[in-house]
Amino acid sequence: MKKILLLAFVALAVRAEVTVIRNATIMTEGAKGTVKGSILVRDGKIAEVGENVLVPEGATVIDANGQWVIPGIIDCHTHIAVDGNVNEGSVSVSSMVNIKDVINPEDIAIYRALAGGVTVGNVLHGSANAIGGQTIVIKMRWGKDADGLIFEGAKPGLKFALGENPKRSGSPQPGSNAPLRYPATRMGVEDTIREAFNEAVAYKAEWDKYAAAVSAGQHPVPPRKDLKLEALKEVLEGKRYVHAHCYRADEILMLIRIADDYGFKIRTFQHVMEGYKVAKEIAAHGAGASTFSDWFGFKMEVFDATAYNAAIMASKGVLVSVNSDSENGELMGRLNTEAAKAIKYGGMSRENALALVTLNPAKQLGVDDRVGSIEVGKDADLVIYDKDPLSEYAKAQKVLIDGHKYFDRDEDISGRAGREAEKQKLLEMEKQDQAQRRRGPQ
Amino acid sequence: MKQRRLLVLIACCVLCAVAVAQPEPTAIAIRNARIVTVSGAAIAKGTVVLREGLIESVGENVAPPADAMVIDGEGLTVYPGLIDALSAWGIPSPAPAGRGGAAPAEPRAWGPEDRPQTTSWIKAGDLIQSNDRRFEAARDAGFTSAAVFPNRGIFCGQGSLINLAGQKPADMVLVPTLGQLIALHTSPFGAGFPSALMGVISYIRQIYLDADHYVAVKAAYQQDPRGMKRPDYDRALEGVLESKRILLPANRWVEIERMVRFAEELKQPTILYGMREGFDARSVDHLKGKNMPVLVSLKWPEAPRDRNPDEVDSLRVLEDRAKAPSSPAVLNRAGIPFAFYSDGIDQTRDLERAVKKAIDNGLSRDAAVRALTLSPAEIYGVADRLGSIEKGKIANLVVTRGEIFDDRTKVEMVIIDGKKYTPAPPPPGRGGAATENRP
Repeated sequence: MKKILLLAFVALAVRAEVTVIRNATIMTEGAKGTVKGSILVRDGKIAEVGENVLVPEGATVIDANGQWVIPGIIDCHTHIAVDGNVNEGSVSVSSMVNIKDVINPEDIAIYRALAGGVTVGNVLHGSANAIGGQTIVIKMRWGKDADGLIFEGAKPGLKFALGENPKRSGSPQPGSNAPLRYPATRMGVEDTIREAFNEAVAYKAEWDKYAAAVSAGQHPVPPRKDLKLEALKEVLEGKRYVHAHCYRADEILMLIRIADDYGFKIRTFQHVMEGYKVAKEIAAHGAGASTFSDWFGFKMEVFDATAYNAAIMASKGVLVSVNSDSENGELMGRLNTEAAKAIKYGGMSRENALALVTLNPAKQLGVDDRVGSIEVGKDADLVIYDKDPLSEYAKAQKVLIDGHKYFDRDEDISGRAGREAEKQKLLEMEKQDQAQRRRGPQ
Repeated sequence: MKQRRLLVLIACCVLCAVAVAQPEPTAIAIRNARIVTVSGAAIAKGTVVLREGLIESVGENVAPPADAMVIDGEGLTVYPGLIDALSAWGIPSPAPAGRGGAAPAEPRAWGPEDRPQTTSWIKAGDLIQSNDRRFEAARDAGFTSAAVFPNRGIFCGQGSLINLAGQKPADMVLVPTLGQLIALHTSPFGAGFPSALMGVISYIRQIYLDADHYVAVKAAYQQDPRGMKRPDYDRALEGVLESKRILLPANRWVEIERMVRFAEELKQPTILYGMREGFDARSVDHLKGKNMPVLVSLKWPEAPRDRNPDEVDSLRVLEDRAKAPSSPAVLNRAGIPFAFYSDGIDQTRDLERAVKKAIDNGLSRDAAVRALTLSPAEIYGVADRLGSIEKGKIANLVVTRGEIFDDRTKVEMVIIDGKKYTPAPPPPGRGGAATENRP
């Protein structure tokens, strides 16, 4: 009975969780633009935003005087929080594997990203294969288990990759006698994707035929469920997004032709450093583009890149985001300034620049009804910065996800001495233990 | 030193030979001994009678039969023989090829259809070598049985329950099929599919989907083969379908969460093995109420030897090392069924010390004994014949002077299938680190 009462009390306490962030400069990235005022958070959702927000009794008040608040940053392309290799690189079509199976909630990169204001990440398979593995969207709920990280309701994706990576990854290491993996050319990459979809179309027809027979009252043996083709079938049925790693304009057009031929959509072109050359075609297809800020020339196929890529594509009507491609969370932790570069390169407005890492990736991932801007009804994923968030000098002070505080810079700093002491204690214990073992049992 | 050991060995062999040559007594009775039955209360002073490999009777007021060889148990304690719940004893070790760069033994796999790293149809009982030296070392530590498993690849094959003594494998095997050992074995790209952890998981998932399909197709063919293409015989799926349970690895709490979910998805009766972070509250949360027994490795994590003294491990790693030996105590308190397994430890002293470490970290001696006797028997569904001292069960016992797993306790004898084995005398000199005596 006591337990039930306690549970009821806890449930009540959770329900009554109300937080108010006061006196902040709020870049809402919504219709309200940038305002001075408060945000009321109730039950993990944004309940009110404005100049005059009444503080309910019992609410936790965060005074953000002189500070800034932005929506949680969203990284449309990351490789953090993955246990084991991020590539199932043994085969050219690895759509049977799923990042969701190997989410590692203990990866310190999650905490790094969080400390840099990131609240949502699109965790992608690597780019070693023409068609890679299944992908998953997570929230940076540091401390939760793997299941607790998954962004509930976000549509899963499938990674594609064009160009150097998929054609190069099949080459055996020098001195190895491993056989060459097909394809080794850009032509071969196109052929690999087409062959896979030919198989997927046949597979889908087989299942459709089975479904028709069942609904006609027959009892045929069901076809073999093939995890590789199952994911491609979901792409054909629009149940799974395609996120395609690419660089060159010709390949971007090639993939659009494949998608048109087989009747599916590319959700995002990733990296897409020559996207500025074919922005109209990308926009016409309805695809988004998730690019790097000002990187170029790190391999042959990136020599035609420009830091103006994001601004040019956006001006042609492409939905653009800027991503980190991070495996360790380092660059992920400063996506705010990666976005700010679009102000210098291309003259974007402050709000549009910040949207490159908030609202736009939310739209690309199909989760803009939940996150991406500070508007009533959306998840309370909020970042409090001490300074202008588009400045090099800004540091995230507190990060809220679903209204809960998952990062607090002051608490992190004040907790360090305790953690160091704990570590020294354990080291000392181990030393004594070893010394005793050398002496032998008494 | 080497020579002396050889002499001792020869002496042992001669003794054994003499023991075999004598006419076998029809029964053995150990009287006036403390008897830890495990299934019931301990008997402070009692008698246990063994006949034809089985326990004939046990109790305070049992008179030794007239035809029995009587052993005076004054000052001795009798326990059920210890069981290693996941073992490689008796399994020939793989050729010492490097794990990474060496050429793969099988042709490169291009997908799950090639059934890579799969020998699901193999049974450990068919592999064991009855002259494996590790049996002797294990017996000297009080072990009488082991659940031995083939240990290569992803679907390694089926385990068998064996007794650790016998002239030939057929004498040793108690239960030929215990379940399928699965390892999450990763490899570099060039070695073929699957290479990454997620590839291995996806492969296992596909195998179980294929097994379902295989059953359906075979059933349809059985019903009416005329006009139907015959289903391909698939030994990989046959092996999987024959396995009544699976064993999945999980050491970190993250892996425990992952494998609990995976086992539920596969809908297979599952045992998890590893459990380094069984001490973590999150591990317990994920295991509670799941009816999923676990096997705890006795190989406790240790600081790497001979490394650069400037290298310091993270708090996370240090915590793991400090707390791993408390995992059994935590699991026991939480009521999660668990047993111990040797995980490559095969020296008498190392085995004893490893168990002692769990006791030093909060596990009661009774619980430790149970985790090496009745619990593994229950986990594998053989508690009707093994794991406790009860009338009618197999006569596997260990007899000690002093309480088992104490530093100074000596294993006086083990009895396997009613036959007595006396441990080799401990190596001369101090009872120091057994590992140092390894060749």
